[in-house]
Amino acid sequence: MSLLVYTENWDGKFKKLSFELVSYAKAMADKLNLPVTALSIGNVADDELKQLGNYGASKVLNVADNRFDSLDNKALAEAVAHAAKSENAQIIIFSHNNVGKAIAPRVAVKLNGGLVSGVTALPESFDPFVVKKKVFTQKAFAHVQIDPDIKILTLAQNSFELIETENNAVTETYDPQVADDVFSTTVKETNKVTGKVLLTDAEIVISGGRGMKGPENWGQLEELADILGAGLSCSRPVSDEGWRGHEEHVGQTGKIIAPNLYFTFGISGAIQHLGGVSSSKFIVAINKDPEAPIFEAADYGIVGDLFKVLPQLIEEVKKM
Amino acid sequence: MKFLVLISNVPDTTTKIRFVDDNKAFDTTGVQWIINPWDELALTRAVELKEAGGIEKITVANVGESITEATLRKALAVGADDAIRIEAKPKDAFYVATQLAQVAKNYDVVMVGIEASDYNGSAVGGMLAEILGFNSVSAVSGMNIENGQLSLTREIDGGQQKIDVETPVVTIVQKGIAIDPRIPAMRGIMMARKKPLTVVPAVDAEEKTEYISFELPPPKAACKLVDEDNVKELVRLLQEEAKVL
Ligand SMILES: Cc1cc2nc3c(=O)[nH]c(=O)nc-3n(C[C@H](O)[C@H](O)[C@H](O)COP(=O)(O)OP(=O)(O)OC[C@H]3O[C@@H](n4cnc5c(N)ncnc54)[C@H](O)[C@@H]3O)c2cc1C
Ligand SMILES: Nc1ncnc2c1ncn2[C@@H]1O[C@H](COP(=O)(O)O)[C@@H](O)[C@H]1O
Repeated sequence: MSLLVYTENWDGKFKKLSFELVSYAKAMADKLNLPVTALSIGNVADDELKQLGNYGASKVLNVADNRFDSLDNKALAEAVAHAAKSENAQIIIFSHNNVGKAIAPRVAVKLNGGLVSGVTALPESFDPFVVKKKVFTQKAFAHVQIDPDIKILTLAQNSFELIETENNAVTETYDPQVADDVFSTTVKETNKVTGKVLLTDAEIVISGGRGMKGPENWGQLEELADILGAGLSCSRPVSDEGWRGHEEHVGQTGKIIAPNLYFTFGISGAIQHLGGVSSSKFIVAINKDPEAPIFEAADYGIVGDLFKVLPQLIEEVKKM
Repeated sequence: MKFLVLISNVPDTTTKIRFVDDNKAFDTTGVQWIINPWDELALTRAVELKEAGGIEKITVANVGESITEATLRKALAVGADDAIRIEAKPKDAFYVATQLAQVAKNYDVVMVGIEASDYNGSAVGGMLAEILGFNSVSAVSGMNIENGQLSLTREIDGGQQKIDVETPVVTIVQKGIAIDPRIPAMRGIMMARKKPLTVVPAVDAEEKTEYISFELPPPKAACKLVDEDNVKELVRLLQEEAKVL
């Protein structure tokens, strides 16, 4: 028996969430006395694959088959199920992001397992198997029991610390035996940026709302983000107005993020906005209205004019 | 092409969340029920495509008890042609997907939301596709019909892709699929009363997970405020106290 982790890479480098997932699996595996196997689909160099060992994987299955580049959900699910069977995996762990949400439910059906998504902590008991998850768009938590033998989890991002160990992972080339005719997705065009911080992977996120007044004022946020190596995001009206691209919109109807530090400028903190950011470890609010709901969610704040605060802040972080 | 848009009936997004029965159940007292926001956007896009002539028929379906009929009527008023309610209390995602499979097998394109705003399962669409052996495309932020062919845009890390996929298919939609949800007009509301709403019985299905109990997050400590002219202190706190800079 084993635990299987579905890892993800971004241009050949593992995303931080992959190490988080392996750390999480390892912590669970230690209690159950089982090994952790990581599955990597994509083009990842051997040195990088070995990194998974540093977080507790004892085996890495490497699927370097470019047919999977089309992100065909049916084919990916088949590959994971194949690996789960050959590793006799009892517990299969994905990230609670677009990829995990796409594949985990299919794998659950294939393996006759039970799925809980958006899990935030280690299981509170193994028999019965009970985990904690977010519900009501981060406004509450639930304790959910999984009945079948095979348990499938998607882990909410940034809910588990990275833990390094002295493990040496064995890497194996793996063929999940997915037939050509399973693939039915054809990619016609790809537009993607590379070399930028992925919003969902960023440790620090700088976010602007309608209080920024207009797109011409974003230069200062960009400068701050640059200095801090942070990702940039915005509230929904900002992307609806076209001040910023839709990919930066966070909240209940945008991206869900959970950085260590979430910095807001001119965001009122509507409940739907908080639905996508309230899992951030620390929230900082700069807003001129002391009654703005963002101050109820924030850990630190300044009641004041963001246009006065921003230049000072940039000066201060430059000195760090 | 025949479209099925799944409709989940959820509490209004501003609902104050409370639990009763020893924290074992969600308190529905005074709750306003709405179409799950993603499903509302999915339906909006389907109606736009139908108006452009690309779709033969739009059916909406829900697994729920009779109280969800008001929500289904609203979906009819927005522009669906008919509605199906599967008479069952929605339990877990697998149970719901199994119910929906009996209906969805007759459609070319099934539109599903990325998550229901109540239990945030993000699971029904993928499970339904797997049960039926359909392909599924997730993170769909754009949908068009070109020469009778479905053409999709989906979000990937750091960008977007345009893809073709064979039908039948389950599309799991998110932000971008439509910008503003369509609000039913008076005429739509009148017409909706005459549109068919069929109730079908549930099939036997397993439940694989059980909600044991709920809890609210602990109250947050008060926000530490720093003076507008003392940004230096904010940076100090972030470095030394929070240790995040
Ligand atoms: C179904 C539904 C889903 C939604 N989903 C989302 C979502 O995913 N994400 C999202 O963000 N919203 C979402 N919304 C919208 C949400 O309700 C709010 O309208 C939105 O978040 C407000 O954006 P904002 O804070 O930028 O703007 P506003 O609410 O207008 O706030 C601007 C703030 O800036 C402050 N300000 C102005 N000038 C200055 C200055 N010079 N210095 C300092 N502060 C200043 C003001 O005091 C104010 O608090 C959703 C709404 C609905 C109904
Ligand atoms: N009871 C239900 N009836 C019909 N569709 C549903 C139901 N529950 C969920 N769905 C669909 O599945 C999507 C995702 O829901 P979930 O997997 O529960 O987060 C929703 O946006 C709906 O499109």
